[in-house]
Amino acid sequence: MQYQFDWSVLWRGQSRDWLLQGLLTTLEISALAWLLALALGVLSGALRTVPLRPLRALAIFYVEFFRNVPLLVWMFFWYFGVPPLLPRPVQEWLFNHGAEFWAGMLALGVYHGARFSEVIRAGIQSIPKTQFEAAASTGLTVAQAYRLIIIPIALRLIVPPLTNESLNLLKNSSIALTISVAELTFQTRQIETYTAKAIEALTAGTLIYLILCLGIAAAMARVERRFAIPGLIARPTRAEH
Amino acid sequence: MDFGVVVNNLGFLMVQGFLGFGSFAGGTLRLAIPAIVLGFLLGVFIGLGRLARSPWIRIPATGYVELFRGVPLVMVIFWFWFILPILLRVPLPEYGVALAAFVVFEAAYLGEIVRAGIQSVPRGQVEAATATGLTRAQTMRHVILPQALRNMIPALVTQFIVLFKDTSLASIIGYMDLTKAAQVVNNREIRPFELYLFIAVVYWLCTYTMSCYARYLERRLSLT
Repeated sequence: MQYQFDWSVLWRGQSRDWLLQGLLTTLEISALAWLLALALGVLSGALRTVPLRPLRALAIFYVEFFRNVPLLVWMFFWYFGVPPLLPRPVQEWLFNHGAEFWAGMLALGVYHGARFSEVIRAGIQSIPKTQFEAAASTGLTVAQAYRLIIIPIALRLIVPPLTNESLNLLKNSSIALTISVAELTFQTRQIETYTAKAIEALTAGTLIYLILCLGIAAAMARVERRFAIPGLIARPTRAEH
Repeated sequence: MDFGVVVNNLGFLMVQGFLGFGSFAGGTLRLAIPAIVLGFLLGVFIGLGRLARSPWIRIPATGYVELFRGVPLVMVIFWFWFILPILLRVPLPEYGVALAAFVVFEAAYLGEIVRAGIQSVPRGQVEAATATGLTRAQTMRHVILPQALRNMIPALVTQFIVLFKDTSLASIIGYMDLTKAAQVVNNREIRPFELYLFIAVVYWLCTYTMSCYARYLERRLSLT
């Protein structure tokens, strides 16, 4: 049997709406998860460098446990594992309000928060110790020194690795299809199921991801140049995903 | 909460799901170990290709890396799952599809590690090798690669951890790994919290041990 190409399946029928809607869901879940991950990452990344042992231990537990387990397992855990433990009314409310989206967002955000944390900690630790000393000598408290000096510098230092990790988050949002969040990969599969045109459907999905990733990488390269601290060399990005 | 479900199905989860012995072709380790070995072999070629002088080799190798690093792994698994049977016109087993997808995908990341490893060898080594009369290929094989490999080891262990976690995605196409085994048991027993927490701990024990080992290697290499 010869494979018959038919690219028109991508804009005929519902396909176009599905792709568009999938793209929007991908962007939405990624953006919300990114905010959560950044908050968790900054908090736990900063806590890992403070001179208080219990706080450090808490942050280390969070990072090491969540980062070292596959995201897919976290998706299943938050979506299938946790809701049955909640009270009945909460469960019903959740399942009437898109539980899979929120579970997926939570899994993505908590998992990547642990990975952001590593990036942010590395950024903080690359700041010379004299900065802390200078902050202390001007009379700032530890919290003030972090808020006003250390975190702003660290955020500028980590633009390249943070971009890398953010793109990983975007790509990993595809795993939410396993708990039936209708994001881009899910919709690509749906088009494949309805039209039996695997090559066309997967090419469309792949191209959209490529454009998103390469586009964001290019935009962030500009941001990186804009916010680079003069005199400091940009740190190399890590080959991970 | 009742962790009895884990105890009762421990054999299936660990022997079939984790190791891959049993009535299904499966196993997390049986996928992860060949995938990293074959992915590394392909990665060496990709890494060398990225550093080649000829643009006919360098540009395709760069394109390969950029393509696979810009696409989610799930998407790549679906390409292999849906498109390989169309191209080859035979139905393929999950194991073959998953292994092929992982090798091809990981080679892009491993290629970058190989490239960084080669670039970490001091330039003087190349000059010294050239001065002793070695050809470019001989220099690469006898002087640069052995040293580069040593520098790569911590990054390779880290990448293996990533790959090890990623093998859970093979369960999407029905490959019987640890995650799929937990799903199968859960379909019968309906104990998602206990089962998924258990496999999370199993994954964690493996990856955490490996990441401690990677850190130890890094420390030892930085001392010498």
